[in-house]
Amino acid sequence: MATELSGSHSSGQLNEAIDASAVNDILMAGDKSKGARPYFFEDPAVERVLNIAMAVATEVAVVRERMDTIERLLESKGVLFQSEIENFVPTDEQAEERQLWHARFAARIMRIVQQEVDAIAKPENNVPMRKIADDINEM
Amino acid sequence: MSYQLPPVWTKLQQHAVFPEFNHDERARYNFLANLNRFVSTVIAPGNKTAYDQRVEPAFKKENGRTFKDRFEVGEAMKKDPVYQMWAALRRSTMEMRQQNGRATVLRQASALANKAAAQLKVHNNLQLKDGFAVPPYLTHVDNHLMPGSYHTEYFKGDVANAANYDSGLFVTSGGMLGSLTDGGGRAIAKWVKETYPDFKPKRILDIGCGLGHNMLPIAQAFPEATVIGIDAGAPMLRYGAARANALGIKNVEFIQADAASMNEFADADFDWVQTTMFLHETGGKAIHKIFKEINRVLKPKGLNLHIEQPQYTPEMSMYEQFMRDWDAYYNAEPYWGHMHDLEPIDLMEEAGVSKESFMQVGVKAVNDLDKKKQDGKVKEDYGRSPIWNVFGGWKS
Repeated sequence: MATELSGSHSSGQLNEAIDASAVNDILMAGDKSKGARPYFFEDPAVERVLNIAMAVATEVAVVRERMDTIERLLESKGVLFQSEIENFVPTDEQAEERQLWHARFAARIMRIVQQEVDAIAKPENNVPMRKIADDINEM
Repeated sequence: MSYQLPPVWTKLQQHAVFPEFNHDERARYNFLANLNRFVSTVIAPGNKTAYDQRVEPAFKKENGRTFKDRFEVGEAMKKDPVYQMWAALRRSTMEMRQQNGRATVLRQASALANKAAAQLKVHNNLQLKDGFAVPPYLTHVDNHLMPGSYHTEYFKGDVANAANYDSGLFVTSGGMLGSLTDGGGRAIAKWVKETYPDFKPKRILDIGCGLGHNMLPIAQAFPEATVIGIDAGAPMLRYGAARANALGIKNVEFIQADAASMNEFADADFDWVQTTMFLHETGGKAIHKIFKEINRVLKPKGLNLHIEQPQYTPEMSMYEQFMRDWDAYYNAEPYWGHMHDLEPIDLMEEAGVSKESFMQVGVKAVNDLDKKKQDGKVKEDYGRSPIWNVFGGWKS
């Protein structure tokens, strides 16, 4: 059996005060590890956006799991049944409201693509800002 | 359904020093495990398809020969869009796993340190050294992209990085190491018991024990023995000692020591010296000093075993060598590549094991999960699969 350790090296720091007040958990969670980060796409911007998208995807999964917990708790308390959610048929008015929400959501996500299409469709609205500044300077 | 789901994170066994996870933190790990599974089983095989169908043919056409080494494969693969996407995703999931785990343990860093201290007051099986010099091969890199690696203490008594390791390895390994992440230790304990039923070691040394997850199954399999784990990282040792106590395993000690100069131990002090997934995290000079020290502390006729990823041999395809090398550079285990170019038989000679006594076998993690989750037919995920190379021998 292991013996109780003793002597000058038995510190284990058992009696030292624990003070974690210097830990900034929000920022330190994202500490960078040592060594240059590799980028696998020719343009690092692609990788930057991919990483943000994957983090957001994680949070969508987290919300989905939380919603599942809520549904199951409500079912266990007899408030509603998950089958009621699955079989829920909105009224025409409710369905329209939901379609509207989806449309707005889709448009928010697609904003940058929409605007890039707009830029080539209306070149007159896509003049470099330096040119506009010079133009205005003459107005 | 034929798609194989990874085990849910809550299958990981909680113990008295384990970090507390809230609902969303658990969900985050469940998602990450599934994302890892998808990336490794659905997207990763695309690398081989791309290699066979266009990367190697294009190289042959241009150069009139195939690749001469894994580095040439890497240069060619770098330009392939399937590889680029896979690599970017794999890196991303590892960084997310670190950030998510760190967010959980750092918010409760004080509570974790107090839980560990409380366990050590009950039974002190820990020996740390004031002013201990962490070997430079450890401070030079953050292994596995763990910021602060094994040795960084954010305050006195800190165990945060160890708690992160303990609670997150399950996600990286898809749960295949079992509910205490001890599949490697269980595998080696089982193999030794079955292969050498008459072997009755009294003192066992586990070098680079970390938080002791692979050492505890050995202590349980050999209850008459004392198992001593050494490591350089104080948070790992502190957490590991407390964790062993919390799991009720008493025949273990955790000592802070440098494997390249184990002055703590007398000559011929141990019947068995073990390392598990440790050698590839050492350094090119240190590894030889470590084997020399193993030779010194191991008794004549003592057992010397090492669990590692497979060595790169001439029989291994350039493609496989390249894929196995990926973690070396992109999962921050840079010695991995060089180490796997060494000949284990030569290393063992440095530890006093004769060429005749040298042995090398493959073992698979022994885990306690549902049989349906045993991963029997899962695709090879180079460097991540729970299948290893064991090499070693009996000292002359």
